[in-house]
Formats: sequence, structure tokens, C-alpha cells
Amino acid sequence: MISALIIVFREVIEAGLIVGIVLAATTGVPGRERAVASGVVAGILGACLVAGFAGELANLFQGSGQEFFNATILLLAVAMLTWHNVWMASHGREMARELKAAGHQVRTGERTLTALSIVVGVAVLREGSEVVLFLYGIAAQGGTSATGMVAGGGLGLLGGAAVSALMYFGLLKVPAGKLFQVTSGLITLLAAGMAAQAVIFLQNGGLLEFFTDTVWDTSWLIRDDSITGKLLHTLIGYSQAPNGAQLLAYGATVLLILVLMRLVNAPAAGAKHA
Amino acid sequence: MKRLVLAFTLIIAPAITPALADALLFVAPAFADAPIEVHLKNHKFSPSVIKVKANKPSMIILYNDDDGADEFDSSSLKIERVVPGHAKANIRVRALAPGKYPFMGEFHAATAQGVVIAE
Repeated sequence: MISALIIVFREVIEAGLIVGIVLAATTGVPGRERAVASGVVAGILGACLVAGFAGELANLFQGSGQEFFNATILLLAVAMLTWHNVWMASHGREMARELKAAGHQVRTGERTLTALSIVVGVAVLREGSEVVLFLYGIAAQGGTSATGMVAGGGLGLLGGAAVSALMYFGLLKVPAGKLFQVTSGLITLLAAGMAAQAVIFLQNGGLLEFFTDTVWDTSWLIRDDSITGKLLHTLIGYSQAPNGAQLLAYGATVLLILVLMRLVNAPAAGAKHA
Repeated sequence: MKRLVLAFTLIIAPAITPALADALLFVAPAFADAPIEVHLKNHKFSPSVIKVKANKPSMIILYNDDDGADEFDSSSLKIERVVPGHAKANIRVRALAPGKYPFMGEFHAATAQGVVIAE
């Protein structure tokens, strides 16, 4: 069924991109496959739970439960990404050295792996709960055959996995010496985009209702609901018409991460990040 | 608020066809301040054209009368809200500059289309 394919693919892309970046950012870290896999599995289980209690969740906080839930898990992901980047800034080089001495660094590595595992889990949870509700909806209606749904959903999932692989192998083309710099940069923008999105959810929930005026509008160039717009939204937090609070959250997150990275890296010589 | 909604329901109750209900909503700008009730049935919004006052926040109460969930989705309104089957959602709409803001039910975008008009 083509609609199942499209919806599942669209939802899976976002999680797929994040998984690809996380895999690239953890190149050479032992145990990363398990961390990513457990993030995915936990995310899927969480997605089923969220989908099952969607009505109850939405009714919390005077009907804004869904918004606050989304904002919370996004901010959790932002915190985890920040932690990872700061940790990489202080231990990255050391880790790269020690990894060659076979597995010595596993315990330190596991600390940031957990953070990234949570990020993967959150990404899968957010997109997955919509997929579950959507597929459950068609199943309940009985309009499409179960086979069609499974085929469409499966193909969508494969497409998402392909995007993930493309992201990962694309990043691996980056010279090894620069890889962690590139993934750090990507993760910074990822986190900033998530923070901006969290602000939108908070505003939709009735909080932070200031700076809501649109600052600029680039919908004539790239629309949010186009595939390009969706990809850019996930990767760098693109928004066709950002408002003041969104931009503020975005800028503040980038600044916070860069300053923290600089701080922990201060004793080392010539840390520079773009 | 409840009384206003009740009054609103009573006014449109005699309107047998949804088209007439739409028409009544159009000529009743006084309701722009009260929550606007929208139903989603058979994957169609009714009313599908929602008028709100420009530069004032408003609230849409969306009743999903279908069995399955749908997602009220609008990039121009910056709203993504999943509404399970036979559930309602209070959707806050920010103060809007005058203009048209399309929205859709993402799970059934072929039929579930609508627009918010701020004026």
C-alpha cells in the first residue's frame, strides 16, 4: 500500500539520519552497535506505549500533554547531544589514541554511548509512535489488506534504513582525522534544531508565548513539508518561517555547546571549531 | 465558555447540511474568540475553512470522529498534533498575521485538507 510506504518512509527518515550520524560519531568505539540497537528497540517499545496511551497523554496538562511530552524528550536529546560533544572535546583525542591499545577505553566510551543510545531512542520514539498509530488506524479500518500494509510499512522502513546507511557511509568518506570534528559540528546543529523544535512544542502548549512573530520566511525556496525541507529540518533544524524564540533557542544552543567544548578543551592547544 | 459552545451548537443544530453549518460559521465572526470546534469524520474536516481574527491567538477543538488516529499537521501554523480515534484535541493557534494557513490530516492527506484564514 503506497500510503503506508510514504508515511512510514517520511517518519523513518528522521530517525534514520540521526542513527547514521550517531554511528559515524562513534566510529571505532566498542559496543556501539549494541548501544544503537538498544536505543532503537527501546524507542520502538516506547513508541508502542506512547501510541497506546496517546489519548491519556494528550489529556494531561489541560490538553497540552502531547506538546509537553515532545518538548521534554527533545530537550533530553539536546542535553545528551551536548554531553556527547563536550565529552568528545575533552576525551576524543585520548580515546582515539587508546582505542588502538585494544579496548582499554571501553568504560569511558560507554558513558557517551549511553547518551547517544538515548538520543536514538528518542528519535525512534517520536517518529515511531506516529507510525504505530497510523498503521493501527489502517489495520482497524480494514481498508487495506494486512499484506499491503506490511509490505508498505516494510518498504518504508527499508527506505529509512537506506537513508541511515547513506548518511553513515557518506560520513565515513570524511578523512579519519576530521571525522569527529565533522560529526561534532553535525551534532551541534542537530541539537540546536531540536531545541528550536522543543520551543515550538512549548509554545503550542501555551508556554513561552513570546517572540512568536515570524522573523523571516523562506517557504518560497524550501517548504517545510517537502522532502528537502524535512531532511534539512532534521539535520540543521531548518524552518521555513522561524519565529524569534526558535532562533533564540537555536543560537543559544549552538553557543552553549561551543563554549562548553572550548572550556573543557582549554588546556589543549589550538582548539578550533566552526 | 461552555455556555457559548452550547449556544453555538444550538444555533447550528437546525442546520441539517454541513454546508449550511459552514456558511453559518462564516457569518459569525463573534465566535473567533471562543474555541472553534472542528470535526474530522471520514477523513474530512468540517468545517474545513476556519476563520480566526488576525493577530489574536485562538483555539481549535478538534474532534476525531473516525476510528483511527490522524495528525493535525500544518507547517505554516507550526502545529503537529496526533489525535487518536474518537478523541478530541485542544489545538492552540498562535496569533497569526492576516493570511491563509493550510492544514491537513497527515495520515489521510488525500481527503483531510483544510485552511485557517486569519483576517
